[in-house]
Amino acid sequence: MSKDDIFKKVAATMVEALNVDEDQVTMTSTLQGDLGAESIDFLDIVFRLEREFGIKIPRNELFPESIFQGDPDFVKDGKVTPKGLSELKEKMPYADFSTFEKNPTIETISDLFTVELIVRYLEGKIAKAA
Amino acid sequence: MMRWIWIDRFTAFESGKSAQAVKNLSLAEDHFADHFPGFPVMPAPLMLEGLAQTGGILVGEANGYAKNVILAKIPKASFKREARAGERLTYTTTLEQLGEVGGLVSGTVHVGDELIGEAEIFFAHVDPSQTKDLLGEDNFVFTGQLQKMLGLAKAASKVSPPA
Repeated sequence: MSKDDIFKKVAATMVEALNVDEDQVTMTSTLQGDLGAESIDFLDIVFRLEREFGIKIPRNELFPESIFQGDPDFVKDGKVTPKGLSELKEKMPYADFSTFEKNPTIETISDLFTVELIVRYLEGKIAKAA
Repeated sequence: MMRWIWIDRFTAFESGKSAQAVKNLSLAEDHFADHFPGFPVMPAPLMLEGLAQTGGILVGEANGYAKNVILAKIPKASFKREARAGERLTYTTTLEQLGEVGGLVSGTVHVGDELIGEAEIFFAHVDPSQTKDLLGEDNFVFTGQLQKMLGLAKAASKVSPPA
């Protein structure tokens, strides 16, 4: 399955789960900011992707919950520390950190959850299954 | 204790697959007094509740009630007409998908043969500790009342009807 095919299926899933128009969904759309996803929608998205792609997505693998748990080593003065950043990278190997790294505030963590993150995760998952 | 039961009886139940229940609408029910004065029709969210109770137990029972099941989201719902006092609603629900995260149920509301509403309902499995953070305290969490009703329906179905 090509990256474009995966994107099309993911986009269709977003339309269903988040009640957005198809043309609102692009590779760089953020799930919360651009597409209006709320916490429960993340469960719904995981569930729909499992059905759509016929795979199992273990809890916390695609969308890790409570990454830092308020650990002071990871976050200081509202910013993610270098140690926190490496923790994030480990837990979210499919995320694109290039913009985030320039100003790693706690508020912008949610912008790491994009359509592309899902597509890249699924690419890896499908490649492993093949 | 509040009797938050919006179905009267289970009429069919196939574990992991489908469940059906009926609800008779009586003008004595409180909601008719306010919704609306002089025009008593059942509020659509209460029909969704009835569907959720019928379908939610399907999700709970599929795991032997080992997991907490909550109504997480209603991705789709549509209604064709109002339901009135004196009518009998039939809620028919199908378990479309069951996974670790939860279960997706589709359901219809009929009066006789007439389809008056349909919805898709997503139930999530949560740990008791998560329930509060995720959704606050007021959401529907599976209670023993419905399990008891299902038990009654199962017991009744083993008894032959009076001649």
